[in-house]
Amino acid sequence: MNSAIRIENVSKRYGNLVALDKVSFDVEQGELFGLIGPDGSGKSSLYKILATLSIPETGSAKVCGHDTVTDYKAIRTEIGYMPEKFSLYQDLTVSENLNFFASLFGVSVKDNFDLIAPFFGQLERFPHRKAGALSGGMKQKLALSCALIHRPRVLLLDEPTTGVDAVSRSEFWDVLAMLRQKGISILVSTSYMDEADRCQRIAMINKGRILTIDTPANLVAGIGENLYNAVAPDMFRLLVALRKLPQVIDCYTFGATLHVVARSDFNPAQATAQLTSEGITDVRIYPAKGNIEDLFIKLTRNEQP
Amino acid sequence: MAIFQSLVKKEAIHIIRDKRTMVITLLMPLVLLLLFGFAISTEVNDVRVVAVVDRHTDQTRELLEQLGVNSYFNFQGLTSENEIENLLRAGKTDAAIILRSDNGTLKTQIIADASNTTLAQTLTGYIQGVISGNSANNMMITRTLYNPQMKSAYNFVPGIMGMIFILICAIMTSVSIVREKENGTMSLLLVSPVKPVTIILGKLVPYFLLSCIILTIMLLISYTVLELPLSVSLINVIIISLLYIILSLSFGLFVSTIADSQLTALIASAVVLMLPVIMLSGMIFPIDNMPVVLQWLSAVIPARWYIDAMRKLMIQQLGLSYIAKDIIILTTMTVVILLLSIKKFKSEK
Repeated sequence: MNSAIRIENVSKRYGNLVALDKVSFDVEQGELFGLIGPDGSGKSSLYKILATLSIPETGSAKVCGHDTVTDYKAIRTEIGYMPEKFSLYQDLTVSENLNFFASLFGVSVKDNFDLIAPFFGQLERFPHRKAGALSGGMKQKLALSCALIHRPRVLLLDEPTTGVDAVSRSEFWDVLAMLRQKGISILVSTSYMDEADRCQRIAMINKGRILTIDTPANLVAGIGENLYNAVAPDMFRLLVALRKLPQVIDCYTFGATLHVVARSDFNPAQATAQLTSEGITDVRIYPAKGNIEDLFIKLTRNEQP
Repeated sequence: MAIFQSLVKKEAIHIIRDKRTMVITLLMPLVLLLLFGFAISTEVNDVRVVAVVDRHTDQTRELLEQLGVNSYFNFQGLTSENEIENLLRAGKTDAAIILRSDNGTLKTQIIADASNTTLAQTLTGYIQGVISGNSANNMMITRTLYNPQMKSAYNFVPGIMGMIFILICAIMTSVSIVREKENGTMSLLLVSPVKPVTIILGKLVPYFLLSCIILTIMLLISYTVLELPLSVSLINVIIISLLYIILSLSFGLFVSTIADSQLTALIASAVVLMLPVIMLSGMIFPIDNMPVVLQWLSAVIPARWYIDAMRKLMIQQLGLSYIAKDIIILTTMTVVILLLSIKKFKSEK
């Protein structure tokens, strides 16, 4: 069986800036594949190539078996593309937007409504509200509906959860899981590391290079580092002091705590005693479970100057 | 075709929903035409004139009588030579005519307040006209053809049309295309199976129709309120205007392929297109009076050729053969700009 998306050695440069550096990966049919990386890591450049809006400098990309350069016309009916911003016509109403995008593909909203009905929900109640007046979560759903209205086989979603509240974000991932059940292959990018768990497989990307590709569970299991949480009332002094300890490889803020990456000879009790003697009070250090973000920091640690 | 229809429909909704722009677009031609047609005119009415006569003869009486009945003058009566300067200083009069009889021949002198040069030039011209028409030994007979009353509205109508279409077609089209680029909807259109040519036409046709409505409004005002002479050349006026509208739309398309943001598009259209149209097209300032370099520059401004053609068609009421040069230049410009922008649009990948 063909892969839904096959990317081989794709590179792209804008002037001196390397946006993509020999990127290769496959997205299988019916897979929910996550592209995880910070802003400016090259995610959008890759989407532009897959959506046939831009041409790779080297390498090639295939979507549904069609080459993005030589066979771009065949791709355009197969993909549903949702660019970084929710690209809707703000002055058109909900139903006008939907009808317009349906007409571009020569399909009718009625015939394909079953696909979007499960999540269209609230939007159905205000068909005459202008898209510009919708909330972030509703805009996101409308944009997804517009991208789905022609029943694409592959969905390309570029940071669909950016700028949306936490509840809507979670709902959105439920929708993606449902779409995957219907056999649609999905490539979704995000800069929120905590969303990685919702994907079947993920690729981590930084500065245009793919760092690693695997299932989220395998990746977390493979971090293989001695990881501790550290807290104290004076977090900044704690951070500075911990970084000075010889057994500490790395220390960074992680939510409300500090994550400490330590060598095997690190002893939490000993470290706490030493920090207390330096005048930092109420220090607590306890083992932590690593996640995707720790992995990302680990993988990019050696790159930083 | 269904795709094209929904593109046009979508664009029409954009235009209609944007009420403010819509009102400005429809009112601006009206206001500008009426403003330039009536308020801002270079013709001078009610010139206040005093006269100094050293000895009354039949000739001087006849002359003063003519000044009195002429609607362009407001003859304030006779005064003494010493008083003239005071009257001019106090701003109580615009000009004084001094008539002296010297051995039976009449010698005339005009003293005019030239603090406003336009006024001074025009009024001395008027007075000279009256005097030379009166004097028997002056053989100069002036006839102003095509616009015998020298109505400035006649002069401005072509200029305003040249300006309005650049404004509406070029600025509105370019801003609307660039807005889609900014919002990201342009990439959705490009990713769809719709051909780029269809996308472009779907953008241009609604603005073309809007321009046709505006053309109708402007022609209606010109031929009714501003009393431009109506003749068969009206058909030619419409044909050339449509050509110019298409040219302006092409310019808008071209600007949109260069500009990245709506603001850039607006400034580019306004500075690159609007200012030259006002300053260099011959709309206000005659091209023959410009420095040579500016004359060359004005040659690349489409409005110059359009205004030239419009003057010949609307005022002189000549046939199309007299404006063949203008037509050729405008057509060439349209083709070149259109080709350039389509090439640029396609190469944006």
